[in-house]
This record gives sequence, C-alpha cells and structure tokens, in this order.
Amino acid sequence: MTAYAREFKRMAARYTSDLRHRGLIQRALKGYETKRDEYKGRYQNWSEARQAASEIKWEAINHLDRHLAEFITKIEARGTRVFVAGTGAQARDYIVGVAKQNRVRSIIKSKSMTAEEIGLNEALEHAGCTVFESDLGEFIVQLRREKPYHLVFPAMHLTRDEISRLFHDELGSEPTDSPEELTMIARRVMRKNYCAADMGISGANFAVAETGMISITENEGNARLSTSLPKIHIALVGIEKIVPRLEDLALFLPMLATAGAGQPLTCYNTLYGGPRQPGECDGPEQFHVVLLDNRRTELLADPEQRDALHCIRCGACLNVCPIFRNVGGHAYGTTYQGPIGSVITPHLRGLQDWKHLSASSSLCGACTEACPVGIDLHHHLLQNRRNAARERPSLSEKILYAGFVFIMRHPVLYRLSTRLAPVFFPLHRLVKGTFFDPLRAWTQTRDLPVPARQSFHAYWNDKMSNRKARHGGN
Amino acid sequence: MKVSLFIPCFVDQFYPQVGVSMAQVLERLGCEVDYPPGQTCCGQPPFNSGYWNEARAVAGHSLKTFAKSEIIVSASGSCGTMMKVFYPELFKDTEQEFEARKIAPKVHEFSEFLVNILGVRDVGAKFSGTATFHDGCHGLRELGIKREPRELLKHVRGLELVEMAEAETCCGFGGTFSVKFPSISTAMGEVKCDSIAETRAEYVISNDSSCLMQIQGLLDRRGQKARCLHLAEILAQT
Repeated sequence: MTAYAREFKRMAARYTSDLRHRGLIQRALKGYETKRDEYKGRYQNWSEARQAASEIKWEAINHLDRHLAEFITKIEARGTRVFVAGTGAQARDYIVGVAKQNRVRSIIKSKSMTAEEIGLNEALEHAGCTVFESDLGEFIVQLRREKPYHLVFPAMHLTRDEISRLFHDELGSEPTDSPEELTMIARRVMRKNYCAADMGISGANFAVAETGMISITENEGNARLSTSLPKIHIALVGIEKIVPRLEDLALFLPMLATAGAGQPLTCYNTLYGGPRQPGECDGPEQFHVVLLDNRRTELLADPEQRDALHCIRCGACLNVCPIFRNVGGHAYGTTYQGPIGSVITPHLRGLQDWKHLSASSSLCGACTEACPVGIDLHHHLLQNRRNAARERPSLSEKILYAGFVFIMRHPVLYRLSTRLAPVFFPLHRLVKGTFFDPLRAWTQTRDLPVPARQSFHAYWNDKMSNRKARHGGN
Repeated sequence: MKVSLFIPCFVDQFYPQVGVSMAQVLERLGCEVDYPPGQTCCGQPPFNSGYWNEARAVAGHSLKTFAKSEIIVSASGSCGTMMKVFYPELFKDTEQEFEARKIAPKVHEFSEFLVNILGVRDVGAKFSGTATFHDGCHGLRELGIKREPRELLKHVRGLELVEMAEAETCCGFGGTFSVKFPSISTAMGEVKCDSIAETRAEYVISNDSSCLMQIQGLLDRRGQKARCLHLAEILAQT
C-alpha cells in the first residue's frame, strides 16, 4: 500500500466515525437534491438534454486540436496573449513571470480548481505576491489554510458557527449567526482586496472555439470584479473546457447550474473575449489565457476513458456518491474529489499512487446516473483497477485469486469447500472480531451469515434423486 | 418454458432457501426448471478487483456450464449483471467473445424474468407483514430493474410495502470493497439501516442476497429487529 492509500484509509476511518460531520454533509446534500430535482423537472426532457450535452462534448474532445486552434486564433485576434502550458510547472512559471514583469504584489483570485491542481497560489506566494481568494467559500478555506472540501462547494463542511468563530479569530469581527452579516464581513475585507489588486486570476467554465471567448459562471459577482478591476487578467483554462459553438452555452450554462448547484441558472454568466479594446472605458489592459494540458492529452489518448474529458466540473457525481457522502472531500487528498477525481487522478498524478481511489468504490453507478454529460464514471473505476493490476499485480491478490480460480474451475473442489464452511463456522466464533479473526474486516462491524446445513446444490441433488426414485417406483 | 437456475456461489452456501424458493415459484408458474450441475462462481470477485485473466478463467467455466441453457434466471441481480453486461466486455477480443455475446441476452434477473418474460404480476403469494424494498445497484442501474419487483410485491396478499427514502442508495457491500474499506462500507450500510428504521418495516426485501448479507449483518449488530428476505422467499409463500 502506498503512503497515499494509507493516508486515505486513515482519513476515511476518521471521517466515517465522525457522525456529526456525516450528518452535516448528508443534510446539506439532501437540500441540494430537492432543488436539483425541482429544476431538472423544468427540462422538457432531461435525459435528451444529457445526451445532447454528451454529444457536443464528444465532438469537442474528439476534435480538440481543431477547436483549440480556432479558439486561440479568435481570442488572439482581439489582443489576448495565449500561452499553451504542457505541464503545471510551465503554467506556474508563465503566470509568475507575468506577475514579476508587471511588478505585481497583490492578486485577487476567483475560484479555480485548475489553479488548485497546479498549486498556483503557493507558487505566487513563493514569488512574493499576496493572493486573496474572492469566492466566499474559497475565502473561508483560505483563512483556515486548508484545501477546498468540494470542487463546487469548497466550505460545505463548515457550520455558520464555525465560520463566525473563524472570522472572529482571523478578521477580528464580532460573533454572529446571521449569514447576511457573515457575508458582509467577508465583503468588507474583499472590497479592499479588489481595489488593491494589481492582477486578477480566474479559471473558466467553458472556452468557446467559434468566438474565441471564455465563459465564467458564478453566483457572487466576485469573478466579474476579480477580472475587470485589476489591470491584468489571467485565465487558467484546462484544454478540455472547449465547446465548439457559442449556442452550446444555451445548453451547458443551465445544465451546469442545475446539476451542480440545484439552480436554474447561476446569477452571473460572463463571456470574456479579450482585454480592453480601443474606445472601451473599462476592462483589463492585459488579458492572458493559459491553456493547460498537464497530462490531459494522455487521457485523450486513451479511447476507453477519453470521455472523462467531457467533465464540466459540476460536482453532481460527488453530491450523489455514497462514498463522498460518508468520507467527505478532505479524505481524498486530491484536487478533484469524488468519482470524477477517483477516475482522473490516476491519469493526472500516477496510477499506482492513486489506484486506491478506484478500489474504494462499491461501483454502485449513482455517479454515472447523475453525470450531466454522460461520463461512464463507475466503469472507468473498474478499468483503472484492471489497468493497475495488469501493470503491477499485488502478490497476495495473485495468490488468492490463483486459489480461487482453481477451486471455481473444479466443481468437485468447490462443493467440498462448501462442506468445510459449516465445520469452520463454530471455530470462528472463538476468534470472532479479535485480532486473530481472519474475517475481522467484516466482523468488527457486521455479523456473518450462518452457513446453511445443506447447500442448494445438495438440496437439488436430493430433489432430483427423489424425483427419479418416484418415477422409477411408478 | 425451459429455465436454467443460476444460483451464485454465496447463495448456494449461505442462502439456499432463495434457490429453493425460486425453483418453487418458477415450477408453480409452469416452467421446466433445471439446475446445470457444475456451476460455481460467475467470476465477479477477481473481475471487480482488476484481475481479468483470473476472472476470464472462472467466467469461462460458467460459459461452458450454461452453454446448453436457453434461458438463465439468476438469483442475484449482481451476478446476473456479471454475465449479462460484463461478460461481453471481459471476453472482448478473445476466442470466447462469441459465446459471451451469445449467453448475455439469455440471462435474466428473477423479478425481471417473471414480469417481462412470463408476463406475471400476481404469483398467488401470501405473506403478512410490512416490508421495504432495497434496490441492489447492479439490478437497478446496470439492468434497469425498478418497477418489476415492486409489481410482484404489490400483488402479494397481506404484504404492505413501505418505500424507504434511501431505497436506491448503495448498501455499501460492493464485494471485496466491503473488506478492503470496511469503515466506508459500514458507514454506507448505516445510512441504509437508518432509512430502514424510519419505515418501521418488519422485513427488508431485495433481489440481491449479497446486499442483504451486508444489511442483515449490520441490522443484527445494531440490534435492529428487521429481517432480510430475498424476493423469491416472499413469492414462494402461499
């Protein structure tokens, strides 16, 4: 087991034993489910909308080279500087370089999981810049010096009371349990940060090839301020964010909001096509788009799992995942939590180090059912398991399955083994649940079924011989 | 109609009553039931763990065992899924791909077979008590079975069916997952057991004994009184 796997198991044990935490997450996600279902119901046909979205993304990803080239040409034509970064390090270096060239000291940032992925904040801080998060949830987790808990709801694990105490300790505000007051406290701090910022950094929800624009979806208006007040705006965009046409957004913007947050549409949806144009009175003087590969093209090269690049980072798969709902977002130790994280992290950060996340699933398929763009998530977990075992099989499992195969291919041996179970069962009681119990992974928390005195195949044999005897007697 | 029973290994050993009940119901409905001897395991444990060569070795044995069957009725939605959905995937580009593709459409989960193939809704069963139904994930999401077991249970005289809020939520079993990640598996099962408790049902019914093993194991440990029964065990009661 790798250190990452050990840490995951340790964290999972910790979080699953925290009933308060589990209750908090499940209640929050119940509220989301109600809203999501309400707005899904407003679609004429949700499953057709999903199918359409999946097809659009299929086209975008399977012709990524063409769409990216078009996007770059169009957005550069309006004076945007585009940098294509092969790795996270290249993206970081470019952004730090722009900051240094322009003597940037203070940076305001709107929410970007891609920035989390490449450790951008740490790199900028290392270069002497101060980075302020402007998304309320991100602002809160930044004050707590922790990673986002959920790729859409970064602070969903905190109660109002905990946030109030955090603001009191970090910002010196009076304790309050009013969400409005808490928001106002954050807003007062953020306003100063916006005005002082020399540079704004954002992610992107979509990159429209046809018009050469990025689209940002948000509820707080913080992305608009972060990208239009400072003189420089840098958008960090994963190459999979491409959609071919502007009209595709008519489907994706409401879909992202409904699947991700249980909203009909997010409050602010903005398209950015370039820096301030001649004759315009506002907007940044410089606009940089950093297109990030960071091993996405390796995923693109895998025909089996290429559709994982369809992901619009809505978080719907996390919200329905019974694993996520019980272990929470911090247990994963990844940028992207939940099913989509378990699928792509082995591709982005190494299969052997992160294969445990694919193993840690009951393969229930709730994620696949919820995914608005139809990614075959739970089957990809299965493929990751296969790829991991093929590349580096575990000796103990090899031995275990060799024995298993031998018995299962020999019905006589199999039948003999079913006779042994009732013999060993009384002996098992002596060690049940203790350190010496070979089944303790099960018996520590669950009772075992009692093996039947007569197996089904023995019953059937009896039944058949009785039937024969009867027919013979007749 | 000639029907072959597929009784997965753990049902054979721990829950033979499920197979007995299935055979009773099918025979009562006029099916000619046989049980291909030599059946063992469908190969799901090595398959789900990523050991596909080993899974093929076990599954290849099943392909041979059921080669002559016209219709295969599975006691478990999950093991049925293995044959119906995953065999073609597992044997893709191998010599046995043809056999795997041939067997897949012949496999039916028990409730789906009764309702969609035999066209039966009322099997003439009587069972008194309140029950809640747990949807096994493989049956629900891989095979699309939701309506069928409920149709059958609706027609059982004396049975009151109460839906639980978390009917479609995974019980946390997941095969080897349950022992590789016991803390997560248990937490998932606890969510299920809480939801069962809310319904105050006396019985938990499912079309998958593997889920029921997990649920009953937890119910017993938690001191909850509800009993788990396979759908076939209810339908066999007259």
